[in-house]
Amino acid sequence: MPAMPTWIQLVYLACGVCFILALKGLSGPKTARNGNIVGAIAAVVACLTPFFWTDLHLHHIPLIVAAIAVGSAGGVYGARTVQMTQMPQMVALFNGVGGGAAALVALLELHEVIANGGNAPWFNLAATAFTIAVGSVSFAGSIITFAKLQELMTSRPVVFRGLPIVFGAALVAVVVLAVLLVNDPQMWAGIVLGMVGLLVGVLLVLPVGGADVPIVISLLNAFTGLTVAAGGYVLSNVLLLIGGTLVGASGTFLTLLMARAMGRSVTNILFGALRGASTLGGGEISTRPVKSVTPEDAAIMLGYADRVIIVPGYGLAVAQAQHTLRELVDVLGERGAKVDYAIHPVAGRMPGHMNVLLAEAQVPYEQLREMDQINGDFKDADVALVVGANDVVNPAAKTTPGAPIYGMPILNADEARQIIFMKRSMRPGFAGIENELLFDEKTSLLFGDAKDSMSKLLNAVKAL
Amino acid sequence: MTLDTGVVWLTIFVLSVFVGIEVISKVSSTLHTPLMSGANAIHGIILLGAILVTGTTDNNIALVVGLIAIVLASVNMIGGFVVTDRMLQMFSRRKPAKKQEQAAQKDGAA
Repeated sequence: MPAMPTWIQLVYLACGVCFILALKGLSGPKTARNGNIVGAIAAVVACLTPFFWTDLHLHHIPLIVAAIAVGSAGGVYGARTVQMTQMPQMVALFNGVGGGAAALVALLELHEVIANGGNAPWFNLAATAFTIAVGSVSFAGSIITFAKLQELMTSRPVVFRGLPIVFGAALVAVVVLAVLLVNDPQMWAGIVLGMVGLLVGVLLVLPVGGADVPIVISLLNAFTGLTVAAGGYVLSNVLLLIGGTLVGASGTFLTLLMARAMGRSVTNILFGALRGASTLGGGEISTRPVKSVTPEDAAIMLGYADRVIIVPGYGLAVAQAQHTLRELVDVLGERGAKVDYAIHPVAGRMPGHMNVLLAEAQVPYEQLREMDQINGDFKDADVALVVGANDVVNPAAKTTPGAPIYGMPILNADEARQIIFMKRSMRPGFAGIENELLFDEKTSLLFGDAKDSMSKLLNAVKAL
Repeated sequence: MTLDTGVVWLTIFVLSVFVGIEVISKVSSTLHTPLMSGANAIHGIILLGAILVTGTTDNNIALVVGLIAIVLASVNMIGGFVVTDRMLQMFSRRKPAKKQEQAAQKDGAA
């Protein structure tokens, strides 16, 4: 490539600053939307520069524009039509294709280096190898994550005998191929490196249990960021380096924040199943006796309570019952009860996901209480109404070492005077373990589809 | 006096790491999902790299691979920003929407 004109370098600097402002904006509720728009404008402007770089003599412009149009149309279609409940797998998919694109770009650059006689500084080749390998890991890992969340495959940890050995061998192969590539750049080594990277990605995510998948999405997001940064070094493109590094660093930090919110360590999430830590998740349906109630009984408990805390979970959003729930809360409020929503940091399928889902149902922001703020209130609550949640109130997180969720901070719904559980069936939660709280004598179960039961409950409360 | 280019790159990298951590260090867990999604869109900037390598190749296989990379990167970048905006819209739209609803109820009552 010819020397980059100064004006383009200055545009890249401005775009880099915009990326920083975008991330800064995204971390505050008032500035988030503008932040995202600033980032989008910067990214689009940056991608236009090659078309105005006259010395570059950009070839194949019609094909390139067509490819951009196809990709953009696909991206916009997916982004517009995805249900809010399926947001995590959408983010995983977008992240995966980004990683895949970075790996392909690095392969092309390797091809270019070989065509020019194979003389490149070793650090350049090492960065190329890194981009190919980690980009492939991110691509394959994200696809498996997508499949798990979309329930195209089981969300339980998949572990087979010898998995640690295969995984270790694949990692060794990555290192060996990378060293080969640096010493003597060959196309086949690059392609095989990419394939082994795909294998590593699959093996990395297979043993991760469903409840931990969000952390993995965040981690793979950081991986892709670092991949893009290395790609920027390979292509001598400062903006790719800045953008990629910003995402890599903030993504890694965000992963640690999320893991802390769940009381887990990242290594435990990734390698816990390999060590046999999360084998308790049998997923069997229990036949132990429980106390089942009718919507009318539940309505009486709720209608005469002074303090009610709602614990919403993913099941609520899947049944699309959040609007009816908000109506119920309004009615209870009019009857004089104080009602709040207790939001577990990982309620839903991704940290903060429940906030998005309830915002969609226009629940007032003030009623959404974070775990630390509300956990002390449960002991004064007359009723805790658990709707479509399970793992986030499972006392096994405190009492059963060895359970997949052991150590995760939970909502203290068990401290409420009465607990109403709205459940479709006795099937265990996403983590696949039985919930002792269901068998507690304070607990009443209201079986049925969340939306159906919620409407009945609402009518029964109105009739009181 | 000249600068070692490698060290300049390293400098940019190290400073970007610190900035990346610093700018998001105060995020509330409410915004974790949109933040992750927005950051995800930013690394779609690999599209720029894909355009540059594809537009400067004369090899047909490389051209096809490059075009695939462009499609994938566009999905990441454009889809990522649009989906993030859709999520954030739900946070910001909440209050006006509620007022409209109340207004509609009043109209109905009248």
